[in-house]
Amino acid sequence: MTDSMADLPKDLQYTKSHEWVRQLANGQLEVGITDHAQSALGDLVFVDVPVSGTRVAAGQACAVVESVKAASDIYSPVDGVVAASNGALAERPELLNQSPYGDGWLMRIALDPGAALPALLDAAAYTSYLADEAT
Amino acid sequence: MGLKTPLYDTHVREGAKLVDFGGWDMPLHYGSQLDEHHAARREAVVFDVSHMAVLDLRGDRTHEFLRHLLANDVAKLKLPGKGLYSCLLREDGGVIDDLIVYRMHDAWYRMVVNAGTRVKDIAWIRAQAGAYGVAVDERTDLAMLAIQGPNARHKTVQLLPEGSREAALALAPFMAAEFGDWFLARTGYTGEDGFEIAIPADTAAAVWSALRRAEIRPAGLGARDTLRLEAGMSLYGNDLDEAHDPLASGLAWTVAFEPASRDFIGRAALERARAAPQAELVGLLLEERGVLRSHQPVITAQGAGEITSGTFSPTLNRSIALARVPAGTVGPVQVEIRGKLLAARIVKPPFVRHGKALIPIQP
Repeated sequence: MTDSMADLPKDLQYTKSHEWVRQLANGQLEVGITDHAQSALGDLVFVDVPVSGTRVAAGQACAVVESVKAASDIYSPVDGVVAASNGALAERPELLNQSPYGDGWLMRIALDPGAALPALLDAAAYTSYLADEAT
Repeated sequence: MGLKTPLYDTHVREGAKLVDFGGWDMPLHYGSQLDEHHAARREAVVFDVSHMAVLDLRGDRTHEFLRHLLANDVAKLKLPGKGLYSCLLREDGGVIDDLIVYRMHDAWYRMVVNAGTRVKDIAWIRAQAGAYGVAVDERTDLAMLAIQGPNARHKTVQLLPEGSREAALALAPFMAAEFGDWFLARTGYTGEDGFEIAIPADTAAAVWSALRRAEIRPAGLGARDTLRLEAGMSLYGNDLDEAHDPLASGLAWTVAFEPASRDFIGRAALERARAAPQAELVGLLLEERGVLRSHQPVITAQGAGEITSGTFSPTLNRSIALARVPAGTVGPVQVEIRGKLLAARIVKPPFVRHGKALIPIQP
């Protein structure tokens, strides 16, 4: 866990439910789960992500990832519409373990027009949140 | 902080992710549960199962006592060292625990029971044993390891003195024998060949290290669960409990109704249940993507059922489960997962044995 905290990408933002959010050049938000989350879940074997066009709401469960051990909900950080979801995960859910911040991305969300970017944690704040959670 | 086995420090040093299991701090995995599962199917792994309880039952009437106590019949154990799988029942047929009992000699039987049921088992057995003058001794001085996989036996016997190796390899399935201070049984909970050994607790760390030097990798409770479910084996607390009898739990084969003269605890209730079956335990294969989990509802033409154990099968690359359904359920069924109905097929466990898939799967 110490390693995963040290390796947190600085250009991402984070939620307390252990998703990360990357702002793309086209304004969409890419969402995935953190290295801490994949490590806690263990080997991922099934991913159910919403198809393009699905409406998602901030703080609401919008996807499910399942490890051998358990199912876990993924929460949307924003109100918007799914613009793309990562189809590679259907055949290769282990991408979530191997590359949580890269090939293991879950979905890209187009924010509703006029919607403000949500207030999320930066890498330093998420690091201290993880440290607090561990104690 | 929970109870610790003699190998707790070893697990920490091995990098185990530890979880609570029946009050014990046990390894869930040592990195990848899937890798450990495949290693058990293809090579050899070692599990610390010291949380399970070893009970020694001694007294001249032990044989007679066990014929009364257990739903299976120890009279089947013709040879010293032979083991028998059985349920321990209440008078109403509810399953108190499932266990293995070994006939060591006429006045000594050894029993291995589950960790989570240890306290109630011992209380129940002692309450029945008094009338037979049988002493029940819990062997907390022993550690237990399960070494499982196609290469497990050959690697394990290398730790024995050279003169004992041939005899250890010659042990038939479900037979046990003592080699020095080792109790060694050709049993397991994975559907693979292998041994379960009981050894003095103060030697456990050294034996573990020697097994590791023999290139046997450690495996945790996560892989143990996927392996046993692929093998179609019951987990107490999931597939078995006091609310259901063994006939409704897929374990009719472990109940010895013959000879009819044997008066075992729970017999009258099981006779009634046998005459009017209510429920049965079946295997399920999910036909769609997703993961079956315990307590998910099963919808059948014969009525409602419930999954008792479900998981992703690493060998089949599909989801499998055991489910309790109305007796006589046939045909396709559906499982409700997060509000969606997914198609599943009833299959006869085991799903996997000796590394091979036993049920047909369309890719």
